Amino acid sequence: MNKILQIASSRRTWAWPYVLFMLLFVILPLILVGVYAFTDIEGHFTLRNFAKFFSHSEAIQTFLYSVMIAVCNTAICLLIGYPAAYIMAQEDFRTPKVMAMLFILPMWINFLLRTVATVELFNIFGLPLGEGALLFGLCYDYLPFMIYPIYNTLQKMDNSLVEAAYDLGANRWQSFWKVIVPLSMPGVYSGIVMVFMPTVSTFAIAELLTHNNIKLFGSLIQDYITTTDLLNYGAVLSLVLLIIIGLTSFFGDNNSETEKGGMI
Amino acid sequence: MSKNPFIIEVSHVSKQFEDGKYALNDVSLQVKKGEFVTILGPSGCGKTTLLRCIAGFQVASSGEILLKGEDVTKTPPYQRPVNTVFQKYALFPHLNVFNNVAFGLKLKKEDPETIKKKVRRALKMANMTGYEERKVDTLSGGQQQRVAIARAIVNEPEVLLLDEPLSALDLKMRHDMQIELKELHEKLGITFIYVTHDQEEALTLSDRVVVMNEGKIKQIGTPTDIYNEPQNCFVADFIGESNILSGRMIRDRKVQFLGKEFDCIDEGFGEDVPVDVVIRPEDIYLWKVESQKSKVESDKGPDAASQADLDEEDRVPKGKFTKWYGEVQSCIFKGVHYEMRVLTPDGYEFLIQDYHEFLPGTEVGMLVKPEDIQIVKKEHYIYNYFEGEVTKNGKVRFIDADWEVMPQQIEGLEPGEKVQVRVPFRSIDLQDYEEEGTLSGEVHFILYKGNHYHLTIRTDEGHDLYVNTNDVWDDGDRVGIVIPTKEILIDKLVE
Repeated sequence: MNKILQIASSRRTWAWPYVLFMLLFVILPLILVGVYAFTDIEGHFTLRNFAKFFSHSEAIQTFLYSVMIAVCNTAICLLIGYPAAYIMAQEDFRTPKVMAMLFILPMWINFLLRTVATVELFNIFGLPLGEGALLFGLCYDYLPFMIYPIYNTLQKMDNSLVEAAYDLGANRWQSFWKVIVPLSMPGVYSGIVMVFMPTVSTFAIAELLTHNNIKLFGSLIQDYITTTDLLNYGAVLSLVLLIIIGLTSFFGDNNSETEKGGMI
Repeated sequence: MSKNPFIIEVSHVSKQFEDGKYALNDVSLQVKKGEFVTILGPSGCGKTTLLRCIAGFQVASSGEILLKGEDVTKTPPYQRPVNTVFQKYALFPHLNVFNNVAFGLKLKKEDPETIKKKVRRALKMANMTGYEERKVDTLSGGQQQRVAIARAIVNEPEVLLLDEPLSALDLKMRHDMQIELKELHEKLGITFIYVTHDQEEALTLSDRVVVMNEGKIKQIGTPTDIYNEPQNCFVADFIGESNILSGRMIRDRKVQFLGKEFDCIDEGFGEDVPVDVVIRPEDIYLWKVESQKSKVESDKGPDAASQADLDEEDRVPKGKFTKWYGEVQSCIFKGVHYEMRVLTPDGYEFLIQDYHEFLPGTEVGMLVKPEDIQIVKKEHYIYNYFEGEVTKNGKVRFIDADWEVMPQQIEGLEPGEKVQVRVPFRSIDLQDYEEEGTLSGEVHFILYKGNHYHLTIRTDEGHDLYVNTNDVWDDGDRVGIVIPTKEILIDKLVE
């Protein structure tokens, strides 16, 4: 009886369900992607799928296009999000909570529903769907992910650092660029990673906002995976995407402040 | 203007916050070139606000600040010839030591060679040579503070402002840095304005000390003046330990307290005027006496007894000094001296420091030399005074509450008439539970007067009440305030 109690109360025991979950839904799928990528339809080892990707110009172009869209979206989010976060973090700004609420409010609703609503909005105003609409939709969906980490770092920043810059002769503009911006970089890194990674693999938003006229890499993978005899090729595309995303998450990782900057 | 000896002139500066409270209340201060001035006070006294107004981080609500004769009251900080050393150093964590120090010079676009030379010199001054390439978060607190000092002095400011720069350091480090700061001040020859709550630091470092409380300057003077000649009870109580007693100035050089007459050296208070008497614990002489009881039993006269006692101790000064007696209550060894609490038969408690040990229970005699008795003007006597107004239902409204008063007090007064209300310090009751009082408030300042406590109670509406009590309260205690009806005295206002 004592032994059972001991086992039940140990931290290790409680961790088991999570470990199991991760094994089943994180590790196993990854292994499967890897296995499918390196095998043909009969299950024999092959590198032909990779060779196909590197000679398949449509796939590479779609891939580059997706990356470009993601870069654009990240840049737009940063340009809009940084000033918003900066304004919210100002001491004399009276309603940061309300502002934060307004930014977070759209996140209460599933992004697919929001995107469908965006399509309707575009229709109402008679705006054309396409690349512009896609960027708008992406920005609309991912802006909070940019604002939050930046707002967090800015808000936690010791105001005396800004005062020290003033004291040493820096005017507002100089202290912004020489002190506030460098010190908020951890937040900016988090924001970039959190916006870039999901955008590069997005597909549903693209399909809805462009009437399927623009194909992103995510859509491409979906197409192949759902076609039985091209499953292995789809796995290769997934693997490529995974590696790219993995690389971006190292972006800015050498900066130890990232942890302090913190996601949300 | 060039003849102006003052580098900083603060005149009638007030700083009022949005909630109407004053952080600074009509503060005036002049600082000479090259002076080391310390602004000293408890937390929340406005000392940091004053410094921040001089630095430019806060703008005074009224009054003027002149730097070298020029009005800078509204000048932004980056255009003032002053530099600040911040309490928590405020070093830029994304820059190394060199770039932190060079920050100001780079903004001025000086050429790289000059910058290098100046930074090196500043780091040498601050004893931080060789740390140029270090990241600031790898430095200890003391080292960071040195870098912060180097970063400020490298810009060759005419005034260096230091905001409690040593408060985050440990005791040993603080002492070392105090000496270094003093040396630095001598080397640079510029004006230092130093904010601290540590009285020892203020006395050690400065040419002049500015003691502040509640947004006002209580005294400005040299460290010796401040310690030996406090001008009011706050300064006497805040700087060092002291015994503060209520007394009465009989005439020049003659003061009465403890029911006895004492010679002193103070003049000009007038005749028969209530005053406060300040005696430092180290200024009271102690000697052993026979038990008071046995004295009575053996039926010797008190004079004969004390005469005999005095012979026993050579170190007690001889002469015609007024003496008083008591019993040692406690004795604590403090390293260099012993600290005794001595209680007199009529209930006054004295704090006394002596190199000799007097064990609890010992009957002792006490005396103080006339020059060690410091007379301080009483800031308020016996009564609280308030402005009031008679209300329709026969009450009197003052300090934001309606109070029941004795009918004869407001006889012949019309509702709405303005009156002066007097309440003796002694007659205000303080309750443990706020809701038991007509008003509630907080214990704001405590002064021990030998046999009672003189408290300042701040009501939630922001009024100050003075209360004399024998009960022990702590700073910040919440209390309910009760004023018995018969204790409220109403005087008609004479137009």
